[in-house]
Amino acid sequence: MLQQEVEVILMRQLASYLAMPIFVVDPSGNLLFYNEPAEALLGRPFDEAGEMPMAEWAIAFSPSDEEDRPLPPEALPLVNALRRRRPAHRTIRITGLDGISRRIETMAFPLVGQGGRLLGATAIFWDLDSR
Amino acid sequence: MKATLWGTRGSLASAGPETVRYGGNTSCVEVRGSDGTLIVLDAGTGIRRLGAALGAEAPQINILLTHLHMDHIQGFGFFPPLYRPNIEVHIWGPPSLTHDLRTRLTRYLSPPLFPVRLRDLPSRLALHDVPLGGFDVGGLHVDSALVTHPGPTVGYRIRDNGRSLTYIPDHEPALGATRFPWRSDWTSGYAVSHGTDLLIHDTQYTMPEYAEHVGWGHSAIDHTIAFARLARVRRLVTFHHDPSHSDAELDRLLEKAASTGPLPFELIPGMEGMQFEI
Repeated sequence: MLQQEVEVILMRQLASYLAMPIFVVDPSGNLLFYNEPAEALLGRPFDEAGEMPMAEWAIAFSPSDEEDRPLPPEALPLVNALRRRRPAHRTIRITGLDGISRRIETMAFPLVGQGGRLLGATAIFWDLDSR
Repeated sequence: MKATLWGTRGSLASAGPETVRYGGNTSCVEVRGSDGTLIVLDAGTGIRRLGAALGAEAPQINILLTHLHMDHIQGFGFFPPLYRPNIEVHIWGPPSLTHDLRTRLTRYLSPPLFPVRLRDLPSRLALHDVPLGGFDVGGLHVDSALVTHPGPTVGYRIRDNGRSLTYIPDHEPALGATRFPWRSDWTSGYAVSHGTDLLIHDTQYTMPEYAEHVGWGHSAIDHTIAFARLARVRRLVTFHHDPSHSDAELDRLLEKAASTGPLPFELIPGMEGMQFEI
């Protein structure tokens, strides 16, 4: 792909200015970007982690439910938002790449552009342990 | 392919002795394919003189609108071919989720803003949503992509015999960028601009002016030069000049921009009436 869709570019730019942790994926679920507040939760700067396929990020952060049972990718709000094209929400537990486990709320929504084009999905995280 | 600039001014028609050379008419560019296909890019006030120059020729006219801001459609009512019953006019505009192109254009082409309604025009009008991606117009191929500007706005690349012209009159690729230019795949407008033979691009502001107009959808000259460098264009034509910029001011600004160092492309101050072979 020569260039990301303009809506995705603007989503990344918006995310880079916001103080909420934000995670952006493309229509195939490939990680495109997460912002600095998300770096604090995921335990690694995005510049070091880089873009990665869904199969990789969906397990890299060891997502589990609140009882510490591992969650498959299809149980994650971001994957649900992408596949069902509707917002999704869930409280989950993740382990950052720094090895620290955190309980977070995840709110995900699909990115639908002009003409109904599915451009990807975005998740907003809320760190429940620090509040 | 040949292109003629009929209107180079941005935002508001700005006639006066101080804008004679660059021109006071708003956005309009005529493109002629090698097979004679006629494409008109935007219908700013410059389209009035184009209409007069066309005379009774051109049984089919294709008007590609980048967006529906007033300075890009204001010339519609003064385009003589629209009043000729034997002419087929195709108008293409960016899609909207709420109203079709006819409804949106009718907001202007109806009382009280204009005495003639769109539906009463005698020419054979066909209105189309621009397909995002590519489509053919006569013997020309058009690539289109949404670009950064308030409201749905597209940039066009027109291809003919291995050459291309890119037209992005209203564009703010630096919006929100923590550094600019940056990676090409994260730069608005890159896909329709890379390697183009002629880029006609927004250069509305100076850098201090841009700082006061972030989010208004336009570029500083420095941003456009950086964008053209990133896209590796062959020629850059400055366009959408700010209404407050006189000929003398534009000369000075472009001279200054050109003096910042050797440019890997030809920098051409866009003036009304200029013609380009592509």
